[in-house]
Amino acid sequence: MSRIRYTRRLPVVVVATGLALAVAACGGESSTDSAKPAPSAAAQLDAKADLSKQSLTVTVWPGYTPKELAEKAKAELKVSKVDIVEHDTNETAMAKLTTQAGESIDVAFVSGQYAQALNEQGLLEPIHPELIPNLSNLYPEATQLSYDKGNKFSVPYTWGTTGICYRSDLVKAEPKSWNDILKPPAWADKKVTMLATERWLALPALKVLKFSVNTTKDEEIAKAKELLLAAKPHVIYDDVTFGQKLQSGEAVMSEAWDGWCPTTDAKKNIKFVVPSEGSDLWVDTMVIMKSSKNKEAAHALINYILNPEIHSWAAANINYKVPNKAAMDKVEVPEGSLLGISPAELLNGEAAIDLGEASVKYTRLSTEVAAK
Amino acid sequence: MKVVGKPRPVSPRWGRRLGAFVFLGPGVAYLAVLLLVPLALILSYTVFRRGRFGGIVYEFTTENFSRLFDPLYLDVVLTSIKLATLTTVFALLLGYPTAYLIARLPRTWKTVALVAIVLPFWTNFIIRVYAWTILLSGPGLINSALGTQMELLYNHGAIVTGLLYSYLPLMVLPLYAAIEKLDPQLREASANLGASAFTTFRRVTLPLTLPGVATGCLFVFVPSFGNFVIPEILGGGRTATVGTLIRAEFLKSRDWPFGSTLALAVILVLIVLLVIQSWVSRRG
Repeated sequence: MSRIRYTRRLPVVVVATGLALAVAACGGESSTDSAKPAPSAAAQLDAKADLSKQSLTVTVWPGYTPKELAEKAKAELKVSKVDIVEHDTNETAMAKLTTQAGESIDVAFVSGQYAQALNEQGLLEPIHPELIPNLSNLYPEATQLSYDKGNKFSVPYTWGTTGICYRSDLVKAEPKSWNDILKPPAWADKKVTMLATERWLALPALKVLKFSVNTTKDEEIAKAKELLLAAKPHVIYDDVTFGQKLQSGEAVMSEAWDGWCPTTDAKKNIKFVVPSEGSDLWVDTMVIMKSSKNKEAAHALINYILNPEIHSWAAANINYKVPNKAAMDKVEVPEGSLLGISPAELLNGEAAIDLGEASVKYTRLSTEVAAK
Repeated sequence: MKVVGKPRPVSPRWGRRLGAFVFLGPGVAYLAVLLLVPLALILSYTVFRRGRFGGIVYEFTTENFSRLFDPLYLDVVLTSIKLATLTTVFALLLGYPTAYLIARLPRTWKTVALVAIVLPFWTNFIIRVYAWTILLSGPGLINSALGTQMELLYNHGAIVTGLLYSYLPLMVLPLYAAIEKLDPQLREASANLGASAFTTFRRVTLPLTLPGVATGCLFVFVPSFGNFVIPEILGGGRTATVGTLIRAEFLKSRDWPFGSTLALAVILVLIVLLVIQSWVSRRG
């Protein structure tokens, strides 16, 4: 008897436990955008604060900063601890920074439009330029970025653009226009790759139509969709391995982020061009969280990273252009390298800004293109 | 002589309860934490709004469910069903004779054959899927061996090929178990009574192994329906399936509520399939 009762009740107990835990888990998260405080005023910071009482937690993409950064910064800045945690994408960083988990983070690396969105939510500490003398190392162009003119809440770490990466030995004509990707000539049919990530999927079509990459107008997005659907039978979508596809010859032209285009390949047969219709400008930035209790140390860390010796690491080792003149002057630019693209050329590109609620239009666009 | 470790007298009822608790406890806790909590979370997310950067805003809405019936997403679901069904049918056609053959092999060869079926599982799934791109690509092995220029990669055919390759063992194993269990005397009796080999198969072997067929079909259909890696790699990102859509909703668009609603829809489909499978098994 007792045994039957026991096992009968078991599922009820299990479900109840499950629900209780689930409710507890739900309650633990704070809602992310119901309240939107305006960006608040800067905190009072003490330039002579005792950094040895402060510790830092930094979130950054894997492999995006020198391995020994934590150790060296700790020794150099004399802070009590530097912890580096990682995020794979801007989206995961945002998930972290906009919930309670973000309160343990002092400095975050995110792309420009995400820094803008964080600032709009009142989550960022304004940059105190007097605590970052090395800001003077930046190119003048690096202070004119549309998501944050004057570097009020973000400091740029790397920047670049999107263009066409191609096999100079396999194309019958050098690509010049985004139309070479959207309407590939017969010899390139199905040997063209496009980026599938929402905003970049739309980029070539928007540029061909002379629309802004930040457009939120339905009719403009609809026109872009037509072009993208017409292109679909002739292209492959690849965000990750297009470099390999070009190297193997499986692809001859790819819509590519400059840093991902293997132009320094030993065979010297891969080139990069920014199409005549123009392109975008992406910037990865460093921001300081409003909730940080170690703001002096956070400024000191950004100042440290802006040292030419440290900042040049990204250009020399992971092939990303850095907006730091003093750092770029130290870097030897190998033949064919895209590090040679000048800041002025980059600024021709249109910087992506955060689209807020309208960003779902691009989500739908990418689903529609994939589903048709 | 002293008896060591003589059990203390415990009332049998308490002993059983204690035993049940000790043995079931960890399993129940494991299920509660790792299965039911995520399920309850998915269920609860479906009625809330998305946060701008992901996460959940706790405002009640039924919007996620009405979105599910948007023709755009219905198309995606239909494509997934089509791909999974094709995979299951091919797996059954290939798997049944294979399982039948293995069941009739001598004992030692049976083991060898079964190990050979399971062997691919010992290598990483992603690597095996990537290997197919080398076989199928334009200048790839198949085209160069045949001297042809066929388009084998980045289409539905490539996706079904990849799914079939990955999940065929899940069809063969339950079928093998069902066929192996079958008493050979039944087939002999059928033959003695004058039935042809085909009639014996149709009237005796097939009906008795139907539960195995149902299990195998379920094992192949379910992971094929939800898979997102194979459509991504072998489909060249040109086909949206339920799996790629759920992944995109969670990781790219960060629309957890809608991603959860899609996941819930998939779970409902699976429950229906499970009910059918258990009904077939009980009849068998």
